[in-house]
Amino acid sequence: MASSFMAQWVYTDVVKDHFMNPRNLWKEGEEFEADGIGEVGSLACGDQMRVGIKVRDGRIADLRWLTYGCASAIASTSMMSEMAIGMTLEEAYHLTPQMITEALGGLPEHKFHCSVLGDKALRAAIDDYLEKNGIENRLKGTTARMICECKGVTDHMIEELVKSGKVHDFEGLQALTGCCTVCGKCRDKIMEELNEQLHIYGK
Amino acid sequence: MGRYVYLDNNGTTAMAAEVIDFIHQNDGLYGNASSMHSLGRDAAAGIDWARGMVARLVDAPAEGIYFTSGATESNNTVFAIFRDLIDEGSCRDRIVLSTVEHPASIETAKYLIGKGYRVDFAPVDHEGRLDLARLAELVGDDVCLVSVMVGNNESGTIQPVKEAAAIAHSHGAFFHTDATQAIGKIPVSVKDIGADYLSLSGHKFYGPKGIGVLYASPSAPMGPYIHGGHQEKGMRAGTYNNQAIYGIGKAAELAMANLQDEHDRLWAMREKLRKGILERIPDVIVNGAADAEHCLPGTLNVSFSGAEGESILLYLDMEGIEVSTGSACATGSLEPSYVLLAAGLDVELAHGSIRFSFGRYNTMEDVDYVLEKLPPIIEKIRDMSTRKVR
Repeated sequence: MASSFMAQWVYTDVVKDHFMNPRNLWKEGEEFEADGIGEVGSLACGDQMRVGIKVRDGRIADLRWLTYGCASAIASTSMMSEMAIGMTLEEAYHLTPQMITEALGGLPEHKFHCSVLGDKALRAAIDDYLEKNGIENRLKGTTARMICECKGVTDHMIEELVKSGKVHDFEGLQALTGCCTVCGKCRDKIMEELNEQLHIYGK
Repeated sequence: MGRYVYLDNNGTTAMAAEVIDFIHQNDGLYGNASSMHSLGRDAAAGIDWARGMVARLVDAPAEGIYFTSGATESNNTVFAIFRDLIDEGSCRDRIVLSTVEHPASIETAKYLIGKGYRVDFAPVDHEGRLDLARLAELVGDDVCLVSVMVGNNESGTIQPVKEAAAIAHSHGAFFHTDATQAIGKIPVSVKDIGADYLSLSGHKFYGPKGIGVLYASPSAPMGPYIHGGHQEKGMRAGTYNNQAIYGIGKAAELAMANLQDEHDRLWAMREKLRKGILERIPDVIVNGAADAEHCLPGTLNVSFSGAEGESILLYLDMEGIEVSTGSACATGSLEPSYVLLAAGLDVELAHGSIRFSFGRYNTMEDVDYVLEKLPPIIEKIRDMSTRKVR
């Protein structure tokens, strides 16, 4: 094949490395007694992640994961696992997709949504751990991002409503929260968040 | 560097060495084929020769052959012709096409819907084959155009275009077929199908990219879509791309000479791969039609449950094997292949679909290599997956 051009790989070298050699994978038959397990996404939407954590002295002592998804999703979960181990629960709870993609050296823009599941699964695992151990969950809600300022609608509220099946479209969300009925400036952001959640939790 | 196996021939093909040589032999013919001087006339003679070759390839009269930039332009042109007729007040104001047409048709149709035009989509069965009974219900005397492809690019399923054309004609509608994927793999005859329009692209059968054909029956409506000079009887303006046209002519000649051999070789490789995959890998579904009569010979589309397509594609790429996938992740959208979904495939399986498409330069050794590399890749991805397939 004669040619004068040679393209870079689709993703960064760090992504490639994590995709080819995923870290902290939850291997078949491995003895791993998780203290908390979180699962988000669905096979139908093309991305699904399961994260198990071990907690010692308020820190993530160990973590295992499984991911059904594309290279970005696999690499993001793998990178998340390396970052989260050793963190306090509070630090881990505040791990963001931005921090993960930055550590990966960036992802193409249309691939960014593939990286949002890893931290969500991690938070779900922490919630699960706290609930199982009867510990009051002071972390829940601390990571919320305000989207509709007029009506005080956060990304977590939208996520909960979609997850519980109470909301399937914009009209439903508006009826329940009143979002986007005052100044209307948040409409694009609301749609973006809603579409992302609908994608993750299935339509 | 290990072996390199190109199995994305439905995406595009390598130019044949014969085509490249032929283009080089004629690189002195740079004259504007519309000019009256000798060089212009020589260039035009080459274009006439190529037109004749392409006409023979699809069993059509040469005066109906219009050179375009490719099948995308050809399809767009056909829809534009009928859009104009509707705008002019034709009482036939509805277009019908199948749900599995190429994006060059589907997206054009959606654009027309957005502009208020009436368009209906005829469904396909579980093998991706057009439901003729539903087509017959959908086509009425208010329909001006019916468009159904010869063979599908993703599933490989061959459509009953002759029957579809008869349904269109029984209601006085014109019939267009996109033959892009079928050319060089199965016989395609405008006369046999009864097509009023046909689209094809040079680069799908070892010719150059950026050159294609629209066939329009001399008795069917035709109108300019690209306006300008008087090339192609004033129907398609723009200085002739001489070398590309000579190239598609040569490719057409080669396709005719090798058709049966090519078909049998492609089908043998496809079948060896299909059987090999089913023997070595559990939980695999073969998409599209199952027999040689109803499937393009070089296309094998399979779904691996519990393994996502982009991951499979990239791991195969690391081994030098080039394929394509119907996974959403590889397309930039959130939805996987509409062609596979239209055939009723489960969404998860559409995300896990891989298309292997064979071409003239593949060998049985390529199949052996894929059968060696693929099973451990699927196993590795499934081991990582939230769904354990055991």
